[in-house]
Amino acid sequence: MSSGIEALVNREYAYGFVTDVETDTVPAGLNEDIIRTISAKKNEPEFMLEWRLKAYRRWLTMKEPHWGNVRYPAIDYNSLVYYSAPKSVKPLQSLDEVDPELLRTYEKLGISLNEQKMLSGVAVDAIFDSVSVGTTMRTELSKHGIIFCSFGEAVQNHPELIEKYLGTVVPHSDNFFAALNAAVFSDGSFAYVPKGVKCPMELSTYFRINSKNTGQFERTLIIADEGASVSYLEGCTAPKRDENQLHAAVVELIALDNATVKYSTVQNWYAGDAQGKGGIYNFVTKRGKCAGVNSKISWTQVETGSAITWKYPSVILQGDNSVGEFYSVAVVNRKQQADTGTKMIHIGKNTKSTIVSKGISAGEGNNSYRGLVRVLPKAENARNYTQCDSMLIGNKCGAHTFPYIEVQNNTATLEHEASTSKIGEDQIFYCKQRGVSAEHAVSMIVSGFCREVFKELPMEFAVEAQQLLGITLEGSVG
Amino acid sequence: MLEINDLHAGIGDREILKGISLSVKAGEIHAVMGPNGSGKSTLAQVLAGNPSYEVTRGTVSYNGQNLLEMAPEVRAQNGIFLAFQYPVEIPGVSNAYFLRSAYNEIRKANGQEEVDPLEFLDLVEEKLKLVDMDETLLSRSVNHGFSGGEKKRNEIFQMAVLSPRLAILDETDSGLDIDALRIVAEGVNKLRSPENATIVVTHYQRLLNYIVPDYVHVLANGRIVKSGGKELALELEEKGYDWLQGAGAGAGAVA
Repeated sequence: MSSGIEALVNREYAYGFVTDVETDTVPAGLNEDIIRTISAKKNEPEFMLEWRLKAYRRWLTMKEPHWGNVRYPAIDYNSLVYYSAPKSVKPLQSLDEVDPELLRTYEKLGISLNEQKMLSGVAVDAIFDSVSVGTTMRTELSKHGIIFCSFGEAVQNHPELIEKYLGTVVPHSDNFFAALNAAVFSDGSFAYVPKGVKCPMELSTYFRINSKNTGQFERTLIIADEGASVSYLEGCTAPKRDENQLHAAVVELIALDNATVKYSTVQNWYAGDAQGKGGIYNFVTKRGKCAGVNSKISWTQVETGSAITWKYPSVILQGDNSVGEFYSVAVVNRKQQADTGTKMIHIGKNTKSTIVSKGISAGEGNNSYRGLVRVLPKAENARNYTQCDSMLIGNKCGAHTFPYIEVQNNTATLEHEASTSKIGEDQIFYCKQRGVSAEHAVSMIVSGFCREVFKELPMEFAVEAQQLLGITLEGSVG
Repeated sequence: MLEINDLHAGIGDREILKGISLSVKAGEIHAVMGPNGSGKSTLAQVLAGNPSYEVTRGTVSYNGQNLLEMAPEVRAQNGIFLAFQYPVEIPGVSNAYFLRSAYNEIRKANGQEEVDPLEFLDLVEEKLKLVDMDETLLSRSVNHGFSGGEKKRNEIFQMAVLSPRLAILDETDSGLDIDALRIVAEGVNKLRSPENATIVVTHYQRLLNYIVPDYVHVLANGRIVKSGGKELALELEEKGYDWLQGAGAGAGAVA
């Protein structure tokens, strides 16, 4: 009766990390002392500790949500280790020690050897491209007054910005997982683009130094000040080697007057083996606030990994004329489960939102779209367009749609389109008859299905996302 | 090139082809005619390797190889092309991408280098003229939102690009107006060469006014009941199929 998480804890014991308690890790379990320890280790100002404790006390009164269309064994929150500094992770000595399956995938994605080493946690020699790229990038960014650093650094160097914006979009009490994150989060990313500045490059965690091992409770905060714009790429498209099973991250985006934030994710975490064992539980709260007039927030996500995905990147359309967008591709194969979608909350006048969701189910995977469009009484002339398409591959998978619409202003215009299709034997045979292999045929048909979302991704991301999709669906058609 | 011997095939328990024998040599055009339900399309699908059909008896040899043991994509890579009666739609995948993938996989399988998108564009431009279609065809999704005639022309366009050794046209004429029919037929004729062979499956004689066959075979109840030269097609036009259906039953009894 050992759940994945318990097994994980046992494994950490086996490596003897507990003997390191003083320097690197805290004991398993969660209480106020642990939170004080985490905050002290990170040398945080008082307001951060207070905020963490407030979140923790609130979390104690909350119940884990179970309305999602996903099933998993109970999580024992007291068996988790909530703080473990990066250096406790033992670097591997060479690629020979890495799971060959993972290497095969890297190869298919065309990832260079050095990158492969970095991604799989192999110690890399001092000279490494991304380090220098990272440094050059920082110099360039600071010329424009853009702050882009780890959350921890931001707390040290820009506490006024953190205090002003932290928790203003996802409050510490928002939901069970967000509250847990607020109490114990270890690190994450921070970006601030000052007034009138258009960020000259895509910001990406990929190039951020120390982005490795930010851990299972990541927190990201991105602020675009008046007239600013920024495009942010989350993570990297290669499958992440990660031993943490539960991930409860929080992302907050803020767009002030006339500002634009675009946030793109390609998520390909470990999905578990063919029997559905192991794999990451990705319970994430992502939300943006169009706080100012004419502001715009756009989410694009391609979800191909994790055993369970529970994720609803949302936009609060507070400023008049603000725009919210959500473009999503979610793929499940084997025994993966995804319950994902968005919330568009129309508060300001003439606010506009677009939702395009593409769900692909293969193997014994289960995919649910869950979306809420809410138009509040003062949101004159709000408009929403929702399109929600599901594709089934094989006959053991599932696709579900749960759209919620709440309209309190009769000037609103809402459109909802939905479709479900099955990859046809006839489509595959047609491709094969032209000389195309079944695998290539499936990835081609699926990419076609997802085209509206892929075209929202930055170029190089789109290409990789397409390749990833092919790899995820490998073997799903006989 | 192609030797079909006593071929039996069907779906589930239903036998549709009941002993077909046919020999096709390079440079020849064969027309397979017959009434609805005679097994014409089944023959085309079986030769292309559609997994919905099961071959229960007989042999098919293609350039000395056992065709029935080859996967559909391997058949295609070896030069077999089927122009579908009902071309399949693939939304979101551009014709150019689809066709280039096919072209390159076939080249790869034959030990040739793949071509890049620009080279490919040069290559397809002249083929577009062959079927009287313009470049916008390339950026449209495969057969998605195409009219019936456009779908058929797209099949012939694909055939022109992939330049198969054995082309099988399954009711390519159905649903075409007379102009489209002429365009399609001209396309096929231009591709004709001493190295290639074509099997034209059709219900009506009219396509054969434009694509002149060397041999005509009449299929009824899953058997070839009569074979002859191009004049047989005209005779069918005049007399219909009824007079041969009886012959089919007779031939079956003898076989």
